Amino acid sequence: MDVSAEAKRIMAVSISKLYASRAQRGGMRLHRSLLLSVVMRSARDLYHSACLAKEREELGTAHLVPVTPEEDAMDTTASGEQVEVEVSQVEPEPESPLTPTIQEPMSFDSEATQGACKTRTFIAKETVEDKENRSPVSPDRHSRKRRGKASVAPDFLPSKRARLSLELGEERVLRTGGRTCCRAGDVFTTLSLNSNRAIAAF
Amino acid sequence: VVGAGGGSNDVQWCFSQVKGAIDDDVAEADIISTVEFNHSGELLATGDKGGRVVIFQQEIENKPQCRSEYNVYSTFQSHEPEFDYLKSLEIEEKINKIRWLPQKNAAQFLLSTNDKTIKLWKISERDKRPEGYNLKEEDGRYIDPNTVTALRVPVFRPMDLMVEASPRRVFANAHTYHINSISINSDHETYLSADDLRINLWHQEITDRSFNIVDIKPANMEELTEVITAAEFHPHQCNTFVYSSSKGTIRLCDMRASALCDTHSKLFEEPEDPSNRSFFSEIISSISDVKFSHNGRYMMTRDYLSVKIWDLNMESRPVETYQVHEYLRNKLCSLYENDCIFDKFECCWNGNDSVVMTGSYNNFFRMFDRGQRRDVTLEASREGSKPQQVLKPRKVCADGKRKKDEISVDSLDFNKKILHTAWHPQDNVIAVATTNNLYIFQDKVN
Repeated sequence: MDVSAEAKRIMAVSISKLYASRAQRGGMRLHRSLLLSVVMRSARDLYHSACLAKEREELGTAHLVPVTPEEDAMDTTASGEQVEVEVSQVEPEPESPLTPTIQEPMSFDSEATQGACKTRTFIAKETVEDKENRSPVSPDRHSRKRRGKASVAPDFLPSKRARLSLELGEERVLRTGGRTCCRAGDVFTTLSLNSNRAIAAF
Repeated sequence: VVGAGGGSNDVQWCFSQVKGAIDDDVAEADIISTVEFNHSGELLATGDKGGRVVIFQQEIENKPQCRSEYNVYSTFQSHEPEFDYLKSLEIEEKINKIRWLPQKNAAQFLLSTNDKTIKLWKISERDKRPEGYNLKEEDGRYIDPNTVTALRVPVFRPMDLMVEASPRRVFANAHTYHINSISINSDHETYLSADDLRINLWHQEITDRSFNIVDIKPANMEELTEVITAAEFHPHQCNTFVYSSSKGTIRLCDMRASALCDTHSKLFEEPEDPSNRSFFSEIISSISDVKFSHNGRYMMTRDYLSVKIWDLNMESRPVETYQVHEYLRNKLCSLYENDCIFDKFECCWNGNDSVVMTGSYNNFFRMFDRGQRRDVTLEASREGSKPQQVLKPRKVCADGKRKKDEISVDSLDFNKKILHTAWHPQDNVIAVATTNNLYIFQDKVN
C-alpha cells in the first residue's frame, strides 16, 4: 500500500501544481504542464496497478458495477476552485485497452479505512470540449477579470462535459494502445484538455 | 588543489569579483536569468528577470600580477512587461537569452529575448562631441543669427566616454509559445529562435517575417508528448542546427535537406537504464541545455542529474557522461514537491573544449576535465570572496558518514542554485551567476 499511497500523494501534488501554474505570470508553461501531466499519469497508472493487485488478492475476482454517465455527472458538480474527486473501480483487464471501463462513485474515506482500494479520478473544474468557443480567459482568472464574449459555460453545468470527456477518454484509450487500463473520462484526458486550453486555439 | 583547466597544469581558481547587491532579501527583478561573454571575452552581458541587461567590460590593465577586472559598461532596459490582450496573459519581461553578434565594426551588437520578442541592440561608444557651432551655444541655447559676426567650422573634441544602447530591430509576433533559445548562425546573416514547439529562422535585417523550420506541434494537442527545450546552430556549418527535447533526445537537422526540418538528419538518444526508472524518470531526462563544442565536433547536453558529451558522428549514446549531483537521485520526490526538479541548468565549454562546467545547488558549480578525467566542485559565496583567494574544492557527502569539511545532502540549500555560467572564450575566466549576484573567477596568476 506504500506504493499506492505514494502514488496518490504524487497525484495530489501534481494537481495542485497544475492549478497553481495557471495563475503564473506569463501564462501556463507548456513544458512544465507536460512534465506534470506525465508524472501524474505515471502515478495514476501505478496507483491503478497497485489497486488491481490488491483487489485481486482480496476479492479473487473484481466486481463490476456498471454506472451511467449521468451518475457521473451528478458527482462532478464542482464549486469554485475545488478539485472534484470521483472514485471508480477499474476493470481488471490491463492488457486490453478496448474493454469499456466502469465507474462506481464512492466516497474515499469510508472505503479507504476498510482497506478496499478504490481508484480516484481527479476531474478538474472545467472539462471543456468546445473547441469553437474557447474562452481567451484562462479558467481561474474569471474571478479577477471580466470575461470575454466567447466565454466558457459556468462551472455548475457539468453534465454534458462529463459525458464528452468520457468519450474523449475512450478515444484516448484506443490511441494509447498498450497502456494499463485507462478509465474513460480519465484524469489525464481532462487535465490535458485543460492544461492545453490556452494554446490549443491556435 | 585539484583544478580543472586547459592543459597539463592544474588550474587554481581564485575569486576575482562579485557584482550585485549584498543583502539577502533578493528583489525578484534582480534575479539573473542569463550570462554571456562576447566573442573576444572583453564584454560580459547579463540579463535579469526585470528585463534589464547589464554589460561589463574588461579593463585592459598592464599589471602582471592580476588579471583585468570587469566593470559596468552599459545598463539598459531591454524588455518591458507586456500584455497579450487576445489571450489575457501577461508577457514576462525576463530576459531568457542573450547572444552576441560577431563584431563587424566599432559598435557591438547583441540579441536579447524574452518569452515572445527578440530585440537587436546596438551598443556604441561616444567619446567625442562636436563643438563650435555657429548658431548654438555649448549648452544648447540658440544664438541670435544677427549677433554672429564670424563663421567657424565645428570640430570634434574629446569627451567623457558615453556608452549608448539603442534597439535597432524588434523581431516580434512570431512565437505562440515561450521562446527558450536563440542562436546566431555562422553565416553572420541569420539566426534561429526556438519556442516549445517551433523553431523559426530569421534574417538579422528583416523583422517582418521569419521562416518556420521546425514544427513539432501535433494536430491534436492531446497527443503532445514532447517539447523543444533548446536549439543551437553549428559553430561552422551554417546549414546545421540541433534541438533538444523534453524526452532527452537531440535532433540534428540539415537545412539543405528540406525547407521544413521536421525530419531529423540524426537522432541522438541514449537508451534509458531500466534500473533507474521512477515516476520522475521523464522529468530528469528532459534536456535543459545543449551546446556545441567550439571545434564543432561534439555537443554537450545537460539534464537534471548529468552532463553528457556527444560525438556528432555517433547517435546511439554519448561518449562521456558526468554526474553532476547523483546524490539527488533518491531525493527526487522532495525535489518534485519543492519544484527544484524543474530547474533548468545550463552548461558551457571552455575555450579549447577540454573542460565543461555546469551549476548545482548550494551555490556549488562543477567542472569536468575531459582529458584528465577529473572533476571539481567549487562554491560561489561571499565567504570565499577575498581578492585572489583560492577556491577550496567542496564535497557533498551522500551517505551518513560525513567527513570533516564535507556537506551532507540534507544541509544543501536548494534555494541557492547556479543555473547560469559562462566561460571566457580564450582565457580561464568564468562568470557564475547565483540568484542575484554575478561572481567572476580567474585562474591564479603566478
